[in-house]
Amino acid sequence: MRAAEFLGEAAFLAAQLPTGEHVINVCTDRYRFAVSLAASLLARKVCLLPPTRTPEVIRQLVAFAPDVFCLTDEDDCDIALPQVRCPPHWPSGVGSQGGSWQVPDIDAERVAAYVFTSGSTGVPVPYPKTWGKLVRCVRDGAARLGLGDGRSHAMLATVPPQHMYGFESSVLLALQSGGALCAERPFYPADVCSALEALPRPRTLVSTPIHLRALLASQVELAPADLIVSATAPLPRELARQAEQRFQAPLLEIYGSTESGQLATRRTARDEEWRLWPGVCLTVEDGRAWARGGHLEQPTPMCDELEPIDAERFLLGGRLGDLVNIAGKRSSLSYLTHQLNSIDGVEDGVFFFPEEPHPSEAGVARVAAVVVAPGLDAARLTEALRQRLDPVFLPRPLLFVERLPRNSTGKLPREALRSLAASTSGAASAGASAIRRVRS
Amino acid sequence: MSNHASTVRQPLAPADTDALIRELAGLIVQALNLELSAADIDSEAPLYGEGLGLDSIDILEIALVVSKRYGVQLRADSAENEQIFRSLRRLAEYITAHRTT
Repeated sequence: MRAAEFLGEAAFLAAQLPTGEHVINVCTDRYRFAVSLAASLLARKVCLLPPTRTPEVIRQLVAFAPDVFCLTDEDDCDIALPQVRCPPHWPSGVGSQGGSWQVPDIDAERVAAYVFTSGSTGVPVPYPKTWGKLVRCVRDGAARLGLGDGRSHAMLATVPPQHMYGFESSVLLALQSGGALCAERPFYPADVCSALEALPRPRTLVSTPIHLRALLASQVELAPADLIVSATAPLPRELARQAEQRFQAPLLEIYGSTESGQLATRRTARDEEWRLWPGVCLTVEDGRAWARGGHLEQPTPMCDELEPIDAERFLLGGRLGDLVNIAGKRSSLSYLTHQLNSIDGVEDGVFFFPEEPHPSEAGVARVAAVVVAPGLDAARLTEALRQRLDPVFLPRPLLFVERLPRNSTGKLPREALRSLAASTSGAASAGASAIRRVRS
Repeated sequence: MSNHASTVRQPLAPADTDALIRELAGLIVQALNLELSAADIDSEAPLYGEGLGLDSIDILEIALVVSKRYGVQLRADSAENEQIFRSLRRLAEYITAHRTT
C-alpha cells in the first residue's frame, strides 16, 4: 500500500464527510482507521476518542459535541449516531494516481483530537490534543524506540487504534516514522504469531502485558522479531526477559496516560527506572506527580505514584487512589460507582477492590460491587451496567445485600467490603438462577 | 467411505461429551477464578457476552487452558470460531474434533 494510494483514499473520503465538526472513528481495521483519521484531518474535523463506545458514553459524547458523527468500517455498526462508511473497496481511480504526491500540511496548533478519561462524577473528561504536540510526542517516541533509523519497520499491534496507546503507537507512530502498519489486529496467540511471521523484517510487535503473557504461555513457536513494545500496565521483569529471549528482540516498555500521552520508556529486562521523553519534566507537589513540558499540552497531574530519581528518570510506584486498570483499560472506582447508582432500581451501591492486587498473580484482578437493589436481579443489573461500562469492568463478584456496611459517618470501610466479598453467603438474590447467583 | 485427515475425529458418544463438558467447566472455573461451581454452568448457554458473561480477557485465558490441556490452538480465522463460544457444548465438540492430547 503506497503513500499515493493512502493519500488519494483519504482525500476521497474527506470529501464524503458531513458538515459536523466532530467525529468518532470506530474502524476496527487499522489501515481504514488511518485513512479515516487522515480524511478527518484533511476535512478539518476533530476526532473524539472515548474510552468505550457503550450507549451511555455515546450519549455523553453527543452532549459534548451535538454534531458528532461516526466513521465505521463495519456493515452492522450499532452506534446511535449518523454513520459514514469507510468502504472496503474504493471506486476505481481513487488513490491510483501514480507519480508525484505531496503530504498535506496540517496546522500544528489545531486540535486534532479529544481523548477522554472516566471522571469521578460519572461523565467522561475531555483532553484536547493538538496535531503538533501529538506529532512531536510520537516522533520523539520513534527515536527512542529505534524506529527512526531510515528503515521501514513493519508494525503489528494487538491493541485497538482507538485506545490512546494504540492511537499513538500503532497508527501515528507508523505514519510518522515511515513504517508500515499492519491492518489486522490478531487476538489468539496462534494468530499473533502467524501475523508477525508474515511481516518482512524489521518487524515490531506492539502489545500489552496480558497478550505477552498469553503468547509466552502458549505452546506456539514464536517468530523472531526486531522490537517488542509493551504498555498499559507495568510488565514484570521476568516476563520481559522471557519475551526478549523467545522473540530474540529487545523489549521496550512505554509509560504514559491518556491525559499525558506517552511519557517514558525503559528496557524492562534490564532496568527498573524509566527515562522521560525529551523536554518532559516531573515534579512532585503535595504527594502528587505532575508532568510538564515537551509535548504536553499543559502541566498534567499523573495518576500513579512517580518518584523522580533525577531530571530524566523516575521510579514507578503504585496507582493512586481509586484508579482501576484492567487489561490496560482505565477507569476509577468513583466513576464506576456513579454509573452503578444511576441505574433505575439501585438504591445504594459501590464498586471496590475485593483484595489487594498481587503483581505476581497470573490472573487478572477484577473489580467487585455490592448493591442494594430489591427489585433487580443480577441479569438485569448486569445488562444495565453493560449499557454504561466496558465489559472488563463488570463486577466480579456482584453482591446483593439489604444494606451496605456503612459506618456511623456514612463511609464504607474497605475491610467491611472485603469481608463481604470473602463470604459468599450474603450473595443470594431472590429469583436469580443458579448460574447468576453471585455474578452473571 | 470418506478419507478424512487424521486430525478430524469421530464424534464422541454422548456420555463422553458430557464428561468433557464437565471437565471443561471445571478448567474454566479454576482458570478464571469464577465464583461458581462447574456444575452451575449451563452447557447450552453462551459463554461470551451474555450467558456466562465472559469477556475477551477470559477468552484469552480459556484459549491458553485449551492449548495446554488438549493441544488445540484456537484461531480467529476458522469458520467455526464464532460458534465455538456459543456454548460449553460447542466448545467441547470443537475440542473433540481437533484435540491432539
